Amino acid sequence: MKHFSLSSEGFDTAELRTALQHPASGGFCSFEGWVRNSNEGREVDGLEYEAYTELALAEGQRVVEEAFARYGILAAHCVHRTGSLKVGDLAVWIGVSAAHRDEAFRACRYIIDEIKHRLPIWKKEHYVDGDTAWVACAHTHRAHDHVHV
Amino acid sequence: MTRITLEYYAQLREQAGTRSEQLTTSAGTLRELYDELRQRHGFLLAADALKVAVNAQFCDWGRAPREGDTIVFIPPVAGG
Repeated sequence: MKHFSLSSEGFDTAELRTALQHPASGGFCSFEGWVRNSNEGREVDGLEYEAYTELALAEGQRVVEEAFARYGILAAHCVHRTGSLKVGDLAVWIGVSAAHRDEAFRACRYIIDEIKHRLPIWKKEHYVDGDTAWVACAHTHRAHDHVHV
Repeated sequence: MTRITLEYYAQLREQAGTRSEQLTTSAGTLRELYDELRQRHGFLLAADALKVAVNAQFCDWGRAPREGDTIVFIPPVAGG
């Protein structure tokens, strides 16, 4: 089953949420990444995401499958945007449903953290002053707890 | 000599001035290949800052390029 996709246009999150409903699920968690108006002290006007599609799809699928294995969730999907985005636009959507809230929260966190570090997706920021720059993921890798699995 | 295809993304695409190219190489490893291309295209980043994929799978820098490979050098990523 496909758990990760790329979208070159805006997409409907209500449909994605509905697709994760499961009679055995008692909790649903979602995460939305939005385009922020500033980064490292610079005013951001918009950005472009570029993906190496074939590998991004394969690695994104692997990340979500790992979340299933680690946390025993019942359903999950992630969509990442490509192309041009403006401030406030939805850049990434993740939804997870599970028997209980704890697995849903943890799996959602796992997926976004791994996506940021592992997928061949690049971000070029456009600044209000007219400059542009490719930015690298600035956060150190988060060690996920193994307690729950 | 080995015939390969290169695809470039993000800053490497801009620095190379193209999305892809085909070439024949005598490089013994992917690292040697990158170092050659870095000189030719003026890539700013050293191999240590990148990852590399062959035929859409992450690979070790010590792997040899093989006939018909599609090779992608992966600069620091920033999804999410």
